[in-house]
Amino acid sequence: MITEKEIAEEKTERKLVVPGELIVSGDYLPGDFTRKEGNDIIANRYGLAEISGRFVKIIPVSGVYEPRRGNTVIGRVNDINFSGWIIDIGGPYSAFLSIMESPRFINKMNLDEFASVGDVLDLKINTVKKGGIDLTLKSKGLGKLDGGRLIKINPHKVPRVIGRGGSMINLIKEKTRTDITVGQNGFIWINGDLEGEKKAEEAVNLIAQEATTEGLTDKIEKFLGGKDKWEVH
Amino acid sequence: MELPTINKKRIVSLLKEGKRLDGRGNYEFRNIHIETGISNKAEGSSRVKIGMTDVIVGVKADVQEPYPDHDDEGTMIVGMEFSPAAGERHEIGPPKMDAIEIARVVDRGIRESGFINWKELCIKKGEKVWCINIDIYCINDDGNVLDASALGAIAALKNSRLPVYDKKEESVKFGELTDEGLPLTEHVPYTMTFYKVGEGYLVDPTLEEEDASEARLTFSVSAPKKDKIIHAMQKGGEIPISEVELDVMLDKVEKIYDDNFVKLATN
Repeated sequence: MITEKEIAEEKTERKLVVPGELIVSGDYLPGDFTRKEGNDIIANRYGLAEISGRFVKIIPVSGVYEPRRGNTVIGRVNDINFSGWIIDIGGPYSAFLSIMESPRFINKMNLDEFASVGDVLDLKINTVKKGGIDLTLKSKGLGKLDGGRLIKINPHKVPRVIGRGGSMINLIKEKTRTDITVGQNGFIWINGDLEGEKKAEEAVNLIAQEATTEGLTDKIEKFLGGKDKWEVH
Repeated sequence: MELPTINKKRIVSLLKEGKRLDGRGNYEFRNIHIETGISNKAEGSSRVKIGMTDVIVGVKADVQEPYPDHDDEGTMIVGMEFSPAAGERHEIGPPKMDAIEIARVVDRGIRESGFINWKELCIKKGEKVWCINIDIYCINDDGNVLDASALGAIAALKNSRLPVYDKKEESVKFGELTDEGLPLTEHVPYTMTFYKVGEGYLVDPTLEEEDASEARLTFSVSAPKKDKIIHAMQKGGEIPISEVELDVMLDKVEKIYDDNFVKLATN
């Protein structure tokens, strides 16, 4: 529980809570993933509790990917039907990419010429409806991912992997000389040579593992071998 | 998610150069970690980790009537299940094809090698024999569950103690264990599985490598003296394995045994 004293001193650092744990009691309002029982605010999810003013919310650190409109995701083609592709984006609902959402003309009879089952696409979520998710390719940088390989991390760790303003991911890209695309759904596409890819994968996994610790950027920089020490041949 | 095509391509092209994603050699196992006696209710138990793959094995002994054609021999039942927590592809419910196959391969390895001395498990000829139940439970699937299960079964059998049998009442006193271990022989059947990925072969695949493979061949090998004996084999996967390919694998069996299992056998 976070005490009154800590709040008064503005020491409301994010605190790790488990479902059912009492976060704070008093005159507070429940926000994301919290509920109010009498005067107490109780956690509904495992994550970091944050109090801003009277408002209490939790940033979850585990669980499945929750699709949101506008997210850039990476998915695998699971099936093809007469009007588009059925894509696995690792979410709770199935996702669909319509033929109309492709930026260039695609022959309706030969959908697999563009992407066949097993291919990996970089996509954007257009709408999230009750029945499923609609995806689009009509945005900058989206399309089929060729070469490289795909790895997966917990989607809630993605913000740490990207870092503030993309600082972390750029650090990894630079040091390992790889091309990396991160999907909001936790799928990460890495393309480079074998050593670089391996190092990048290890770095990403390290970030996901130690997402809640401080000074992560320094740690990763050290892991990748400091400045210009680590060279890819 | 099922294996994306790009990941398969990468695994196949690396294997052509004799490399693997995690830097291992083609015929190199991941770290094998064995823990025994993890259950206080079972007669014997073990937990085997090969890399991230995690398997729990328990052994229970019961007394039952022998089969009429083997009236002075004990019996054995092997069961295998995947926990839904083992991976997203495993659901709750009765064991599926993959789990049943693993149970049968483990069963065959132990049975055909003569690892258990069946005659010594007879209490009264034609009436009462020990029945050994081996239950395998996979709690994390990161490839090569078959070899991990077989290894776990051996470790659990070696760890087992028979429960007290009351001859007057003709019943087993569960919970009271004797000092007597199971009657095991020196034919310890270690299992190794070759996977054909693209044009190359490898052992101990990760889940991705397992998904990328098109055929597999399992050997149950023991080395009671100096020579190694193959007791059982099992072929799986969609494509056939030719005679030449079989020769390649047979050549490697002894080396893999020496590299990976000798150190286990001495413990």
